[in-house]
Order: sequence, then C-alpha cells, then structure tokens
Amino acid sequence: MELFGIWVAALLTLGIFSFLYKDNPVYKICESIFIGVSAGYWAIANFFDALHKKFWVGVFPTDGSDPNYMLWFGALLGVLMLLRLSSKIGWIARWPLAFIVGATAGLYMMLYFVSNAMNQVASTMRDVIVTSPETHLIMWGETIGSILIVIGVVSGLVYFFFSKEHKGVFGYTARVGIWFLMITFGAHFGYTVMSRMSLLIGRIDFLFRDWLHLLN
Amino acid sequence: MKRLVPLIITFVVGTVLILSVFIPPMEGLGENFTLFFDIIAVFAFFLGGGNLVRVHFQKMSRKSDDWEFSIVTLVGFFVMLAAGLFKIGNPGDIASSVTADGSLFQAIYRSVFVPLSSTMYALLAFFVASASYRAFRAKNREATLLLVAAFIILLGSTPFGTMLTSWVPESWSIFQIPNLAVWLMSSPNLAGQRAIIIGIGLGVVSISLRLILGLERTYLGDDNA
Repeated sequence: MELFGIWVAALLTLGIFSFLYKDNPVYKICESIFIGVSAGYWAIANFFDALHKKFWVGVFPTDGSDPNYMLWFGALLGVLMLLRLSSKIGWIARWPLAFIVGATAGLYMMLYFVSNAMNQVASTMRDVIVTSPETHLIMWGETIGSILIVIGVVSGLVYFFFSKEHKGVFGYTARVGIWFLMITFGAHFGYTVMSRMSLLIGRIDFLFRDWLHLLN
Repeated sequence: MKRLVPLIITFVVGTVLILSVFIPPMEGLGENFTLFFDIIAVFAFFLGGGNLVRVHFQKMSRKSDDWEFSIVTLVGFFVMLAAGLFKIGNPGDIASSVTADGSLFQAIYRSVFVPLSSTMYALLAFFVASASYRAFRAKNREATLLLVAAFIILLGSTPFGTMLTSWVPESWSIFQIPNLAVWLMSSPNLAGQRAIIIGIGLGVVSISLRLILGLERTYLGDDNA
C-alpha cells in the first residue's frame, strides 16, 4: 500500500511538473484531481472540526454537561445560507451573510486594534535608547537600530496617509517611508523565493530518494 | 425586508461582539456568536462544495470546453467525501478520528493532496525566476533597494553567501552577508512591516465601523439578487 502511495504521489508530481513544457492534458488531469480532492478534504475537515465538535457535541453532550440549545440558532442560519442556491428565495441567504459580516467586523475590530495597532505602536516606542543591563552604558548598535525602526514606522505611516498631499516635508518623509517599504518587500520577496525553492528541493528529493531510490 | 433585516443583523451582532469585550456579563453571548460564526462558516463550505458540483455538472451537460476534466474533478471530490464521511478503511470504530493512520482519507491526503499542493507551490519557483528578472532590474532608487534587500536575504540563507564574505574580519562581522541579512530583517524590514501592520489595523477598524453602522453595503449585492 505504501509503495502504491509513493507511485501515485510520484506520477502526480511529474504530471504537475509537465506544465513546465507546456499546458497539456496530463497537467489538466492532475489539476482537476487537486481541485476535487482539496474541496472534498476541506469539506470533511470542516464537517468534523466545526459541525461535529462545536455543534453536535454542544447540543448532545456526552460528558454530562448541559446542552447548549442556542447552537440550533447557528445551525438554522447555516441552513439559510444554503438557500443561496435557489433563484427565488436566494435573498434569504443575506441574513446569515449579514451575521458573518457583523461577527467578523465585531471580532476583528477589537482584535486588530489591540494586536496590530496598539501593541505595534507600544513595541516601537519602548526602549528606543538601549543600555547594557550590567554597565548601564548605551549600546550604540542596538540604539541606532531602534531609532531606525521609529523613523521607518513613522515615515511608513506618513506614506499611507492619503488625506494630505505628499508635498514638502510631508512628501520627503513619505519618500523615506517608501524606501523602508521597498526594503520590506525585497526581504519578503527573497523569503518567498527561498520557500518556493525549498519546496522544489523537497519534491525533487522525494522523486530521487523515495521513488527512484537514487539517493541514500 | 431584503436590505433592512441584514443591516439590522450586522449592526446588532457587531455591536454585541464589541460590547462583550468591555462588559463581562455579555461574554457568554459573545462566545455563542463566535460559535454561530464557525457553524455558519461550515455551511458556507458546503455551499462552495454544492456550487462546485453544480458548475461541473453544467459543464458536462453542455459539453463545454474541457468538460472531460470536470468528471475527474467530481470523482476526486466525491471519493474524498465518501472516504471521510463513511470513514472507509478506518482501523477503529465509527467514533475514531477521520485522520487515523490506515484510513482511505488519510491515504489520499498523503499520496494525492500533499504531493499535489506542494508541487503546485514548487512550480512557482520557476515562475518566480522570471518575476525576479523583472523585479531585479534596478530602474530607480526604490527598485534598487528592493533588489539589494532581496539579494542579501537570498544570499544570507545559502552557504554561498557565507563563503562570499568569510574573509571579512570579525570586528566588521556586521558586513558578513548572513549577519547583514539578520540585521536587515530585524531593523529596516521590521520598521516597514510594522508600518504595514499598523496601517492594516487602522484599516480594519475603519471598515468594521463602516460595516456595523451600515455605511458599507456592497456585501448585500443588488436588490435583484
């Protein structure tokens, strides 16, 4: 069974790589399998992780705890969501959609305000002048780094502020912000390239080691 | 009815979840709403699955271009569904985990889903090469900064980068490429990243307020829908 699985995985890997030559039926078959299997995988994963663990176990608890009948309301909204497939009463699906939108807005507003805005501002302003815990002397390397971070964050935010025209001192500050943002994008681009390369190495390693046994 | 009810639902749910952070007695209601959210999201996935089946059946019945591949997609979808729902080949009883070793679901996940998804992403390595060529042309100061940062990060993660600047004396070790990559990540990159994160945070707050107050209504679509 294990050997069969390795052969299936190897042939599918080669099928996807065949796209490097040109778009072809073998690649399209592998692509179609991927779409179908991944849709099925996520449907099952959600069914057991959310519907079973959060709804079924909550409504019919087996550990003696009180059932949470409120969850039926969530299930009802979920069923209403499926009405989207009907052309006549599809508009009712807006109710659960409105619930999702309201819940997302309510949850994420506080979460993002605290974690993204407040915590990041606090981390930027904390310990700008870095001193050695033993000698209490200023550590110039770290201090310059911290000051650079403050300059980068402030100028980057100035660049994102579009309510005022980017002219004069404001414009120059925004330009400095762009430089910091370009370094960030460059660093992320470098990391993306590295992660894709490591995935490629992983697939080639699988083909040569596990499938063809050419590597020890 | 078609627009007012959804607007009221969005306002009430959003307001309750915000208030539940500040008013302890409302915490329970907030937790229930979060559970509702998860349950509805599952049905949204089912809706997506239903839509996938409908689209591919339509393609097959109309004999559209490449309709043969729709059969492959639907077979893959239904096989995965059946393997998971009926726990085919599960070593334990029906109550055992769907991802238990030896189950058909786990076998398809390991031999089909994982290789296909990782190869799809690995394929991007080749296209990133052509994207790099376009990005790495230093046309102006900003593009040069992007180029230099990307090169330092790329070289810093490889043995070649270490070898390239191994001659730099220890007192100037910051100029060794791996150290330079670490400094780049922890200082200028962190600054730009924080500016983006703070911008996203403030953006989420403003769009959330617009949604809750009913100023943003595009998610409702048009009245004929």
